[in-house]
Amino acid sequence: MIPPAFDYARPASVDEAVRVLADAGEEAKVLAGGQSLLPLLRLRLAFPELVVDVGRIPGLRGVREDGNTLVIGAMTTHHDVIHDPLVRRHAGLLASATATVADPAVRHRGTLGGSLAHADPAGDLPAVVLALDGELVAQGPRGRRTLPARDFFVDYLQSALEPDELLVEVRVPKADGWGFHYEKFHQVAQSWATVGVAVLVRRDDGHIAEARVGLTNMGSTPLRASETEDALSGAGDAAAVTRAAEAAAEGTRPSQDVSASPEYREHLARVLTRRAVLAAAGMG
Amino acid sequence: MTDQAVEGEVGRARPRKEDARLITGQTNWTDNISVNGLLHLAILRSPMAHARIERIDVSPALERPGVIAAFSGGDLADGLGSLPCAWPVTEDIVLPDHPAVAVDEVRYAGDPVAVVVARDRYTAADALEAIEVDYEPLPPVLDLEAALTEDSPLVHSDKGTNRCYVWPLKTGEDFDSVRQRAEITLKRRYHQQRLIPNAMEPRAVVVTPLAASGEYTLYSATQIPHIVRVMMALVTGIPEHKLRVVAPDVGGGFGSKLQVYGEEAVALAVARKTGRPMKWTESRSEGYLATHHGRGMIQDVEIAANRDGKLLGLKVDLLADMGAYLMLVTPGIPILGAFMYPAIYKMDSYDFTCTGVFTTRTPTDAYRGAGRPEATFAIERIVDDLAAELGLDPMEVRRRNWIRHEEFPYTSVAGLTYDSGNYEAATEKALALFDYDKLRAEQADRNHRGDTVRLGIGVSTYTEMCGLAPSRVLRDLRYAAGGWEAASIRMLPTGKVEVVTGTSPHGQGHVTSWSQIAADVLGVPFEDVEVVHGDTRLVPQGMDTYGSRSLVVGGTAVHHAAQKVVDKARKVAAHLLEASENDLEFTNGVFSVKGSPDARKTIQEIAFETFSSHNLPDGMEPSINAEHLLDPDNFSYPHGTHLCAVEVDTETGQTHIRSYVCVDDVGKVVNPMIVEGQVHGGIAQGIAQALYEEAVYDDEGNLVSGTMADYLVPSAPDLPDFVTERTETPATSNPLGVKGVGEAGTIASTPAVVNAIVDALRPLGVQDVRMPCTPERVWRAVKEARS
Repeated sequence: MIPPAFDYARPASVDEAVRVLADAGEEAKVLAGGQSLLPLLRLRLAFPELVVDVGRIPGLRGVREDGNTLVIGAMTTHHDVIHDPLVRRHAGLLASATATVADPAVRHRGTLGGSLAHADPAGDLPAVVLALDGELVAQGPRGRRTLPARDFFVDYLQSALEPDELLVEVRVPKADGWGFHYEKFHQVAQSWATVGVAVLVRRDDGHIAEARVGLTNMGSTPLRASETEDALSGAGDAAAVTRAAEAAAEGTRPSQDVSASPEYREHLARVLTRRAVLAAAGMG
Repeated sequence: MTDQAVEGEVGRARPRKEDARLITGQTNWTDNISVNGLLHLAILRSPMAHARIERIDVSPALERPGVIAAFSGGDLADGLGSLPCAWPVTEDIVLPDHPAVAVDEVRYAGDPVAVVVARDRYTAADALEAIEVDYEPLPPVLDLEAALTEDSPLVHSDKGTNRCYVWPLKTGEDFDSVRQRAEITLKRRYHQQRLIPNAMEPRAVVVTPLAASGEYTLYSATQIPHIVRVMMALVTGIPEHKLRVVAPDVGGGFGSKLQVYGEEAVALAVARKTGRPMKWTESRSEGYLATHHGRGMIQDVEIAANRDGKLLGLKVDLLADMGAYLMLVTPGIPILGAFMYPAIYKMDSYDFTCTGVFTTRTPTDAYRGAGRPEATFAIERIVDDLAAELGLDPMEVRRRNWIRHEEFPYTSVAGLTYDSGNYEAATEKALALFDYDKLRAEQADRNHRGDTVRLGIGVSTYTEMCGLAPSRVLRDLRYAAGGWEAASIRMLPTGKVEVVTGTSPHGQGHVTSWSQIAADVLGVPFEDVEVVHGDTRLVPQGMDTYGSRSLVVGGTAVHHAAQKVVDKARKVAAHLLEASENDLEFTNGVFSVKGSPDARKTIQEIAFETFSSHNLPDGMEPSINAEHLLDPDNFSYPHGTHLCAVEVDTETGQTHIRSYVCVDDVGKVVNPMIVEGQVHGGIAQGIAQALYEEAVYDDEGNLVSGTMADYLVPSAPDLPDFVTERTETPATSNPLGVKGVGEAGTIASTPAVVNAIVDALRPLGVQDVRMPCTPERVWRAVKEARS
């Protein structure tokens, strides 16, 4: 667990961070809470020449409202997300899913922005922000741009951020009145999700009017179970939900690893989707 | 566990004296040790399971700034002998050469191939990348059965076979004849997956050479400083009296530090070559490759019985994965289990064979329980299967076969004499705490309803052999050393006490327990006792700590040594009080003359009088210090009943331990809090084998579960509340009546959990789930049974 040698910069502002990143080109990595990057360094799976620590930049932490949108600073820790009254009121799915991340030590250090920028499909929060129809705001030398979550996650551990861009904000539309549930399946408390399912449902007159289903660890990026989402529209009982959930693994390409085979992950996606939707819709 | 009203110290739930310094880190862990001019070692390890080293060039590493030296295996070979195996279990065992650093062939992924010495740890690690090695890949040997076939590639080609040894034990009636007369026989195959021990503190070594006198001090995070000293003297050629070995406070071992490691030899060799102090500390992932593993067996078990459940005989054929080399006690681990397969049951015939097999994987060796968890698993699983086959309650089959309490001492079919036990009492208590009948009713109800979440009840009634070991038994088993233990007591002039113990604690709390034992015998306050351990210069003799031996052998030695101190002090007291020794009473540390209570001397006063020596009996040595070396007459046999209720989600395969009850009988208890802690940790480790942990290799022999992200060690949130209770049937083999508790939980819990899972799924047609019973394995078992 000895990381290779690297240079270290600790910019005081977003502008400075962007400049430092631009100068370093492809060889820099941003250090947020360090809960993903440090293990990669220590296992010598990442060899950046420069580590840019954005932990001291003011203004990147905290949650505010912007009309019908919640704006969460990229450096807001998991712990703060879980306990933030605005997040709890308007994006309960995010609060409850974040509470399942790893352990208290990780949640006190790790950040929402870091977790999203790391783009690990096994992480809980990418699928959640995808289900929330969130947007990610990046700042670079060419200014700010806003990316919808569905465009942000490009491939395994790869986001749409340019090397000289810093993720500064996460914007999620308020989901007031939506039912929600994050169903996480993992072997031990501290392990990654074998599969996770993030569900939001809007109910209308006892039926599901609209559903959004995000899948954790079912491919090289977080995914939406769009066939299931369509099939859920109008579902009014458990049987209909069960039928809709049968399509949850359509279009996914889960990986094979020590903890599970693709076949098993597909099976889990169907079972967990059914359970998550029933819980979110209050039909369980 | 409450501190019940106890007279004296033994039996009191004393908080551990050593915890403040251990928990706050105000102690010397090996990696904390720093001396002037300290250099750092890093080790280049084979990335392949099996390959010929065609060429190795360490010189590019030397060009890196800060690098002091670099050595290949060949560079170190002339100063280092083969690493030792102290337990050649048969006369014709295949004993391969085991260089500390590979010379021409690597035999597991992680086998050392070169060493870099640098000014700091980072430079040393970076410089490894500069070393050039050309490997010619050789075929890996991974499958235990295939390894024994004629055309298998060989781990050690010069030996002509991958069969390390065949060790048989046949006792009682011939098994074939028992099989003939049995009304039912069952054959099962169980797999003991490889486990990685995971002590909290990784291995670490510091060597400080003293060139002028040719002396070396080796600090090592080891369980066995005394054995390391002997073995390192033999391996390195450093004369034993010039080698001091220190085990500072050590952060756990679970058997993984019951070892003589190549890194210890390399650090000594490189310190000798350079004349400079050396440090090496492994990282967790390096430890996963290079610290020995545990378990790794295929167990073919056959049981013969009558239809009333009466057991007649047992046949066990083991294939045991040695890994690539034989380390300190590698071949002996399955043999430690050999005697325990018949467990608590009476039967007429036992037929055991173990075949040791070389593979191109990390060597195996002791891991908590060492052979006995494997044995207990197999017998407890097959007894459950037998009960199911016969339509009997699993507890009833056990009752019909176990040794009844009035039958002790009892010589088992395997030849061990169990001195004491009361399986009935422990079981009755456990069943009551567990609410067995109510859970059975709920189980039946769920089965009847076809609930997707099934309930299973797992039973494990175990015994184990602890207190290693009578030296003559070890001789008969061809183990190189003895099983005695040493203790001495130093009475200081001010009345304080130093207990010097040959045991080497690494988390067990010996400092506290030994203080309690000594305080009771000497009649001094608990706080006035200090315990010295783990340094061959301060503790001249010892056999160290493993196999739940420390209390039974080492603690008893402390008791005897303290008794000797009292006997000597009595002579001084009699002299000073002008009374006959026979007229003296000794209570709570005070000698008094019977009938004249004012004529008294405290043991502290005697200690000072002995120090001044102004007025001792004629001819008496001016010391009341005493030493005792104890060679036990027998093993000790803790036992108990563990019950586990598991809910199994048949849709996902997820298991959830709903309740866990154990009643252990570890004999007399010195410190109930320490006992409870040992039981908790042991159960957790046993559950980990049942549900979570496995060293997984790919087809090329690479360790896939190479970090804690893939090797799942459970933590508190993953475990249920344990209900732990005890019965107390004293051991008759030692005056304290103690039996040992370090491994009980691990031995008992694994079969309890797996039995519960299988019990839950049997109505669906599931007969077994291979460990670890991961959700996917459980799901597949259900799926296959249904189809």
